Amino acid sequence: MSHAIELRDVRKSFGKTEIIRGASLAVNAGERVAIIGPNGAGKSTLFNLISGRFDLTSGDILLNGQSLGGLSPYQISRLGLARSFQVSNLFTRLSVFENVRCAVLWSLGYKYAFWKFLADLRDANERTEEVLAMIKLESRRDVQAVNLTYAEQRALEIGITIAGGANVVLLDEPTAGMSKSETARFVELIREVTVGKTLLTVEHDMGVVFGLADKIAVLVYGEVIAFDEPAAVRANARVQEAYLGSMLADQQADGQGH
Amino acid sequence: MTRKLIQRPSRWLVWGGYALLLLVAPLLFRSSLSLTMLSQMGVAIIACLAFNMLLGQGGMLSFGHAVYSGLGGFFAIHALNMVSDGSLPLPVSLIPLVGGLFGLLSAALLGYVTTKKAGTPFAMITLGIGELVAAMALMFPGFFGGEGGISGDRTAGHAVLGITFGPQIQLYYLIAVYCFFCTALMFAFTRTPLGRMLNAVRDNPERVEFIGYSTQHVRFLAFMASGLFMGIAGGLGALNFEIVTSEVVGAARSGAYLLFTFLGGAMFFFGPIIGAVLMVLALVLLSELTRAWLLYLGLIFLFMVMYAPGGIASLIMMNLRVAAHRKLRRLGGPYLALAAASCVMLAGAGAMIEMVYHLQLNQAVGPNMKYLGVPLNATGIASWSGAALVLALGLALFEFTRRRFARCWNTIQDEIETESKQGAAP
Repeated sequence: MSHAIELRDVRKSFGKTEIIRGASLAVNAGERVAIIGPNGAGKSTLFNLISGRFDLTSGDILLNGQSLGGLSPYQISRLGLARSFQVSNLFTRLSVFENVRCAVLWSLGYKYAFWKFLADLRDANERTEEVLAMIKLESRRDVQAVNLTYAEQRALEIGITIAGGANVVLLDEPTAGMSKSETARFVELIREVTVGKTLLTVEHDMGVVFGLADKIAVLVYGEVIAFDEPAAVRANARVQEAYLGSMLADQQADGQGH
Repeated sequence: MTRKLIQRPSRWLVWGGYALLLLVAPLLFRSSLSLTMLSQMGVAIIACLAFNMLLGQGGMLSFGHAVYSGLGGFFAIHALNMVSDGSLPLPVSLIPLVGGLFGLLSAALLGYVTTKKAGTPFAMITLGIGELVAAMALMFPGFFGGEGGISGDRTAGHAVLGITFGPQIQLYYLIAVYCFFCTALMFAFTRTPLGRMLNAVRDNPERVEFIGYSTQHVRFLAFMASGLFMGIAGGLGALNFEIVTSEVVGAARSGAYLLFTFLGGAMFFFGPIIGAVLMVLALVLLSELTRAWLLYLGLIFLFMVMYAPGGIASLIMMNLRVAAHRKLRRLGGPYLALAAASCVMLAGAGAMIEMVYHLQLNQAVGPNMKYLGVPLNATGIASWSGAALVLALGLALFEFTRRRFARCWNTIQDEIETESKQGAAP
């Protein structure tokens, strides 16, 4: 059986600096994986490599057994991989409804059609309504994306990501910048909209990580040093040394600063 | 919420009104000058709407869009001449479609290069291609007719139902029919998957790539659609003037499309229609009225970019929103004051501008001239200080009334905001 997503010795250099140094990871279909690691470990870079925003320096990434090497983001998206962004990346002057509908069109096969009216596309409009209900923005459907509150923009970001029905979903810090109560609600939302899908998420909030993930991958200096179930990762000596150790070092540095 | 408050006239009413307007316009303005202008307006409306498919809907700033209307025009006039000598059996009424076809083909060829890039590089490449084609037009006199251009005869071929297109009124109605259907088609385009994805590309090209669409492909298809309608406008223009000269592909024409589409308002579908009407009024009437017309036009553009970047269409929509909340009456006074102050300011500035132009261009007839019925001496201290005084007074009045207007406007906007919020959360 092939994995939903598989990284084989992935490397990425910017100039002479190697950011990802041979990361390998194999995620089974339907698993929810949280990628954690200290700042600068290369988590966002890894997402940009998988989604085709950056080209690989070496190694290979496979989606359901198919290599993604050299494909553009839109080609990867058509293969059933969707991603969200750390900073909301919306169609600012379009309404909430139009934002979601744009994300639905390709998956329903409408491509570049200019001989059909959007209003007549029943399946696209129904799917859009469905997504709006999932992200609980039905009452804001006619509002321009730029006029949404921060939390609403984050929800729309997720809505655009999942609207196309991709099987593999990458969420880059979905709860960044949210309050505690908003985060709790949001984790619930993410859980609902990713049922039956393979989920990779970058997350800093350990509460979210342990609440959401079936497995945790620990990325340190461009390498995956552990990939296991939460309890096992917590007990892993290398993780404690490398990841928690650096957090302890941070805390000590903070302590000395006071 | 505001959407529900503004009573939306039904679609049939709007389109019916548009058709009626095109139908009765030549009955309201009967002189031959106004008929010429109406014909040009019809052509300009198609061109500006087609230009706005890129500017307003796709966020693509094309500096050389006259290339596509111009090439369409040249191919159309050659087709017309072929109809004249009997080698092409085509009714004259379909000649604009020949223009459209070649507008589409040249947009496919040149657009394939330009749409590989977006943003500033796109604008630069269109500028380069515009210059290239303009230079080419003078280099190949066989096709482009050199300085004299190519002329044709639109009464060629067989008359269909007695329509020869000899009288201007017959051609006007041909233009009106094309104008109506092109407008409808371009509006329909905004309601299709491709049209909506074009808006998405304008707002956030990066995200478009992550929902399955190639931005380059979207830009290319939109560019070709725009080229088709530009070509139709070029073909109609060729029939209207019965001559096509190299200036139709030139930078000045491209600049006019850009300027007036912006003035009309690129963010609303109907904005370019207003822009096109203004374009013909400015090019035909304003240029008759004063030799400094380009200067005035430049000033208007400057003020528009600074104070109302959404163009006239957005001004209309904002005032409609105020009217929908029944607050427009409160703006009546401030508007009148603003208009009066603007007139004073314009009178002063205009006097000085006209005196400068008089000194530069009409010195042979002496320094005395008439401006708005007032005798002025272009070399006299009294005239200059008088004009300066009027201008200074106008500026002071304008600034005073502008501030008062802004206060009133902002209060009303705040009121509307709170009313909308109350309406949204019952």
